Amino acid sequence: MVDAAPLLSIRNLDVRFKLRTGVAAALSSGPKVLKAVDDVSFDVRKGEVLGLVGESGSGKTTIGKALLRLYEPHAGTILVNGVDITHMGAGRLKPYRRNLQMVFQDPLSSLNPRHTVRTALATPLLLHRICANDEVDARIDEALSKAGLPTSFKDRYPHEMSGGQLQRVAIARALTMSPGLVVADEPVSKLDVSVRAQILNLLKDLQQKFGISIIFITHDLRVARYLCHRVAVMYFGKMVEIGPTEELFASPKHPYTRALLGTLDESAESLDGGAQIAGEAFNPTTDSVGCRYLSRCPKKVARCATAHPEFEDVAANHSVACYEWRGG
Amino acid sequence: MARSFPARIWREIKASRTVAGGLAITTFVLLAVVVGPSFSPYSPTKMDFTALLQPPSAAHWFGTNSNGIDVLTRVLYGARISLFISFFGVTMGALAGVLIGMTSAYMGKWVDAIAMRMVDLVFAFPIFVLALMLMLILGFGVQSVIIAIALVYIPNFARMARNTTMSIKAEPYIQAAQLMGQSRLRIMVREILPNIAAPLFVQFTVGLAFGIVIEAGLSFLGLGVQPPTPSLGVMMADGKDYFHRGPWVLTLSGLALTIAILGLNLLGDGLRDMLDPRLRRRSAG
Repeated sequence: MVDAAPLLSIRNLDVRFKLRTGVAAALSSGPKVLKAVDDVSFDVRKGEVLGLVGESGSGKTTIGKALLRLYEPHAGTILVNGVDITHMGAGRLKPYRRNLQMVFQDPLSSLNPRHTVRTALATPLLLHRICANDEVDARIDEALSKAGLPTSFKDRYPHEMSGGQLQRVAIARALTMSPGLVVADEPVSKLDVSVRAQILNLLKDLQQKFGISIIFITHDLRVARYLCHRVAVMYFGKMVEIGPTEELFASPKHPYTRALLGTLDESAESLDGGAQIAGEAFNPTTDSVGCRYLSRCPKKVARCATAHPEFEDVAANHSVACYEWRGG
Repeated sequence: MARSFPARIWREIKASRTVAGGLAITTFVLLAVVVGPSFSPYSPTKMDFTALLQPPSAAHWFGTNSNGIDVLTRVLYGARISLFISFFGVTMGALAGVLIGMTSAYMGKWVDAIAMRMVDLVFAFPIFVLALMLMLILGFGVQSVIIAIALVYIPNFARMARNTTMSIKAEPYIQAAQLMGQSRLRIMVREILPNIAAPLFVQFTVGLAFGIVIEAGLSFLGLGVQPPTPSLGVMMADGKDYFHRGPWVLTLSGLALTIAILGLNLLGDGLRDMLDPRLRRRSAG
């Protein structure tokens, strides 16, 4: 069930990384900043799963970590239930932290190697005073069961568990805080193929049961299609297309989305998409004018080199950043 | 169910000869220093002019010195003081150094730049030159030696704590702790410290050995512990004066010092190898 009110609103988010600092920056003539996320806006509604897809380095993870305030945004605003958390200090941010959680790509490194499962799950409960001290154990058991783990796992250390079990613990840890939004950063890409489906189904079940919103970051289009209500496509820091999953997959408008979906279609006789994508890429440290997809685009026209296109509405909830989306 | 953490540590200690040897020698030294003096029938300071410069015998295992004091008794008391000074000095240096290093790494930016340049400044001096300089500033005596050892060790611990903190502060589990809303202090103490404690502990063990050397060196030069209080350095300086008449005083005091340092160094080196995952032997479980 998707509610209409946005839980999260990102407006004109801009995240930059300094490539050289101090003396090195003064002496070098090379680029000093990398625009990892460039003017990105989107909403996530309550109970919605939004997929962020794109290739490595497209800024998917950076968006996720910036909206959780793990990275400081250079510009833009982050609204959670209408409250601007973009520049909140650590103290004022603390009550909002609960509401925004993350499941990391590598489950082993997302759990402190020196802490048992019990400690990992008890910490947020005690920190936010979610329950009385004598109820902590019961809450931990409850969270573990929700995540599909036996309660006997409480005394295990991270190195004593498999990848799938670790990811369940990480999910259980996020659940202890009853978050409204979870950023899932490629949560299955480091797992064995055999357990991927289990973890995806667990996320889907929990999302439906508790009405959690999820931003699902992935490069796997099949996974995005299975799990997400809407999908946003990223390309070198820019969002190039966003729309309802089925519509986007049925009629992609941006040439990059088409190329991506082309790689997905195994029945195709030739790999057109693959051929297009193999072209010269955009260099995010030096190139700054023109469409990000210019050098690889098969449909480019003169004005594509002058400015990156603004979003245009294709249909309800479906937008694309391309001048030539109407043409075949 | 997997083995508990202490059980695994114990198994690895038994598997490593260096650690086992170092631990055995260190335990022996500690026992000797703590309970040894109470078994001795002699006083470490009371002179006995009927037994001047006696060579080692059944009554005096290490002989007596020029004042007729039993050398073994004095060695035990002296080693106790030397160890005490080294332990407090290195502990203070470690606490201050780890605090500086971790804060520096975790705060970054200008805090890091300033703190590390100051640490580099102290680090640039040869250790003994620095210790000698501090003794001249602080004056002689036990307290000054402790402070000198602490200051000498701050840079070592600060650098090690900073580097290890830097290497894990970007780990996802630290980000997960931030996402929970844990404060910086809490993250440093609860999330980072347990993960950098092992190399710091190794450094502490090795530091303890070298702290004894610093104490002995300063006392030998007459700048540290002042006679008649016994310390290994004081006794060796004393024994040097009449080495041709009673060589056992200097030699056996020196031997005791060597054994104490050997044990701590073996322990430190062994622990370093044991805790370094690159040198770790593949073992089941």
